[in-house]
Amino acid sequence: MYRYDSYDQAIVDARVEEFRDQTQRRLTGALTEDQFKPLRLMNGLYLQLHAYMLRVAIPYGTLSGKQMRKLGEIAGKYDKGYGHFTTRQNLQYNWIKLADAPDILAELATVEMHAIQTSGNCIRNISSDQYAGVSADEVADPRPWAELLRQWSSFHPEFTYLPRKFKIAVIASDDDRAAMRLHDIGLKLVERDGVVGAEVYAGGGMGRTPMVAPLIRDFIAEDEIISYLEACLRVYNRYGRRDNKYKARIKILVHEIGVEEYKRQVEEEFAHMRELGLNPPVEELARIRAFFAAPAYESGLSDDIDRSNPAFALWVDRQVAAHKAPGYAIVNISLKPIDGIPGDASAEQIGLVADLAEAYSFDELRVTHAQNLVLPHVKKADLYAVWQKLVAAGLAEANLDLITDIIACPGLDYCALANARSIPLAQKIAARFAAAERQAEIGELKLKISGCINACGHHHAGHIGILGVDRRGVENFQLLLGGSGAEDASLGQITGPGFSEDGVVDAIEKVTDIYLAERESGERFLDTYRRIGMKPFKEAIYG
Amino acid sequence: MKILTGNDLASGDVIWWAGDGWSRQVGDAADVGAHGDDLARAEEAALRVVGAYVIDATLGEDGVRPAHIKDRIRAFGPTVRPDLVEQPTEADIGKWVI
Ligand code: HEM
Ligand code: SF4
Repeated sequence: MYRYDSYDQAIVDARVEEFRDQTQRRLTGALTEDQFKPLRLMNGLYLQLHAYMLRVAIPYGTLSGKQMRKLGEIAGKYDKGYGHFTTRQNLQYNWIKLADAPDILAELATVEMHAIQTSGNCIRNISSDQYAGVSADEVADPRPWAELLRQWSSFHPEFTYLPRKFKIAVIASDDDRAAMRLHDIGLKLVERDGVVGAEVYAGGGMGRTPMVAPLIRDFIAEDEIISYLEACLRVYNRYGRRDNKYKARIKILVHEIGVEEYKRQVEEEFAHMRELGLNPPVEELARIRAFFAAPAYESGLSDDIDRSNPAFALWVDRQVAAHKAPGYAIVNISLKPIDGIPGDASAEQIGLVADLAEAYSFDELRVTHAQNLVLPHVKKADLYAVWQKLVAAGLAEANLDLITDIIACPGLDYCALANARSIPLAQKIAARFAAAERQAEIGELKLKISGCINACGHHHAGHIGILGVDRRGVENFQLLLGGSGAEDASLGQITGPGFSEDGVVDAIEKVTDIYLAERESGERFLDTYRRIGMKPFKEAIYG
Repeated sequence: MKILTGNDLASGDVIWWAGDGWSRQVGDAADVGAHGDDLARAEEAALRVVGAYVIDATLGEDGVRPAHIKDRIRAFGPTVRPDLVEQPTEADIGKWVI
């Protein structure tokens, strides 16, 4: 994992002291809320429905045991004993006191963490594949790139006041586990003629105007990625719609001027950038890459797993993925227990996962955009021991990518912008489909819920998506079908008129019934939907 | 009736104007009539509240009920974690939030 050098640490420490002073001035009245708000937001501190909320950055979703333990300690000491993992691989605390915020940031700084780039119109925390470095099919480990982008983008003076927020994802496999094409810029590392570089996608996003990012460059060599991105951002920074907040994301610019024109402008800017020689020295990438060297895997390990315990075997089949090193496995930890809150973890659970990472996974863990956790390098021989500890902590649900593995934003239970509650709906759906056999029968089905049009819960990208709307003061839910955030990215289509909370659960049941009746062998829900179209589903729901 | 709500500046807790100060119980909320906005500015300047705003509410036999679901949830706490905040003292809480 990347470790701060003295510059990184000095910058983060200085930022904490600066914020301590700003907070003090706010509490004594020297700063008004209008003056303080942009300052607190630059440090991840929002004001939500019930309290201040602090969003902590988890760069590309990677954490050490020590960092995770600190997140758990903070949840216990300063919050109400839990934290919420988000679709941007970050963590949110929902019950923060203003006076405590500087102390929390100081505690985070002791483990090389902060809340910078979690708010505001800057380049936000970079996201990546939770299987980075361990999946067999990747071209290269995307994390060094994500780290390089983090260093490039942190406090980048030119890009601190962009027209709007800017989200970048980096992946390196054909399987897209990071919703790469739903980011403002998506990079996919590829190899061409022995040279590593990237495909560049720009102008994707969700929110009120969802778009799947088009490819804007087929290949950019690895030593020019930074200056190419610099060019992409420059064009956006100059021409993005600052006049209208709802049209200010890069997707609108790319859409309005057209992909070809945007590409042309970027290439023109890039030609200029090239002359300036702004790419980081290759030694810097090599330095960063060294931090992500593979851990010292043992050799000669067995690939056998004792499957005599049926509950364990079920969990292995669902939650464990193939690792590139023989004898090792990737463990997915579900944060979606049937009666739980998607993405929430208690201080104790966070602490336990920190322990497991240290004891069984070379001191490393990951956060996924689907609001789950991953232990990336577990010996197959240790799987049973890990499972037993997860069972004891209520973390052994076996539902990865099934209908109860629901992404849900905080919704009206916590969020000041919400129209409707997402979490109780997620709980009702999970309860309806709780039976393990039924979930397995339905198979892969990604269900995603947002409490408003901002789409923090990725509803456009759900095989089944749900959007909360306000119908004259009453919660109402629109249903969408056919979205995907994966390598086959697509946007869901609205079925028709909205539903009450119970009505939408019934509608989903009808939708899955149609799928089960119509599917051909090997088809996932999404495949059947794409083959037969919206009509049969619509008839079943509204018929 | 019109009532005034916001968050406590230091703790962030949801608070309601009770006539002579702030309360954490919506049941204590007082009618601010046409004075809500002035009161909000004065209390913000006095560093007792942040983000104060006036809302519609009804006063029935059972107490004060904010008109909009968002403010009822603020009064109640997250509906999925009723264990986390001090609940309204009325007997039928939970029935009127949604
Ligand atoms: C509770 C406080 C939150 C607030 C105030 C908030 C606000 C917003 C807003 C205004 C947007 C739309 C931006 C735009 O289209 O220009 C947005 C998008 C988004 N938010 Fe949040 N959000 C919150 C929590 C979350 C959480 C908890 C998650 C993860 C579970 C999240 C993940 C996202 C994602 C993935 C998007 C879509 C990005 C895109 O449009 O491409 N947000 N959020
Ligand atoms: S989608 Fe809307 S309701 Fe949900 S967290 Fe985002 S802003 Fe809040």
